[in-house]
Amino acid sequence: MKKLILILLIFLSLNLQAQEPTLPGAENTKVEMADTMRQEGKIYVVVAVVVAILSGLLIYTVVIDRKVARLEKKLEE
Amino acid sequence: MEKLLKKRWWKIVTVVLLVYTILGGFLFDVPRLHILNEGIRNTHFHVPMWFAMITVMLVSVIYSIRYLLSNEMKHDFYAVEFANAGILFGILGLVTGMIWANYTWGAAWSGDAKQNNTAIALLIYLAYLVLRNSLNDQGRRARISAIYNIFAFAALIPLLYILPRMTGSSLHPGSGGNSTFGDIDLDNRLRMVFYPAILGWTLLGIWLASLRVRLRLVEHRKEELDLQ
Repeated sequence: MKKLILILLIFLSLNLQAQEPTLPGAENTKVEMADTMRQEGKIYVVVAVVVAILSGLLIYTVVIDRKVARLEKKLEE
Repeated sequence: MEKLLKKRWWKIVTVVLLVYTILGGFLFDVPRLHILNEGIRNTHFHVPMWFAMITVMLVSVIYSIRYLLSNEMKHDFYAVEFANAGILFGILGLVTGMIWANYTWGAAWSGDAKQNNTAIALLIYLAYLVLRNSLNDQGRRARISAIYNIFAFAALIPLLYILPRMTGSSLHPGSGGNSTFGDIDLDNRLRMVFYPAILGWTLLGIWLASLRVRLRLVEHRKEELDLQ
């Protein structure tokens, strides 16, 4: 568990930078992005929806995993 | 291998990585590029499908070879179920690519070399399933489909990774005269989510395949017990 948190924190620390690297062709204010969605906080709705979908699928997978484990145990006897 | 597939720790890693992928994928800053706009975030979802597919197909063909050497049915179970997972990820990759292409390249299908070859590769693997279905004897089915699997995987390499790079014009980064994938379309901010995403989606593919393998093994053992 501690290793996991450490790995996660290391990944997050990669975000710290002194200067933002700019890519060729990146006119920062002229490219249309979903800034409005982010300003109004709507991006969190998108995140919530996708997390909900993923959670549903993962819970389903876990349920199946448990079912298979139970069958395997039963067969051991 | 079976012991490893039943363990819990790597499944927790899968969940953590996928949740991180979604949170980071949508909330982190991305390069602001024309035409791609926010769609560049698809890099964390469309591209890992292919990493997952190739990993899982590689496992499948390894088990096909192992079956040919050992004649143990369980190797055939691994081969077919990992191939199934590979086909699933291949279809997901193709469909997500078409959705993305529709808004970025102007059409869902552009006859791009990688698109065409991926469709061909998927057809080859679907034929693997048809082949299996046509053989009734377990042993023959395992043996003949194992040989086919080797050719199917061998076809993946030139189709997906060599021919598109050699072609004159392609729309994919890295193919047909375009600069490499890591050149213009990827930067370190994206990489922070992209690499964990590859691992997360690949692990998910392995997890799903492993469940089906374990199910087959249980059924197989139950059959053997019933026959005794």
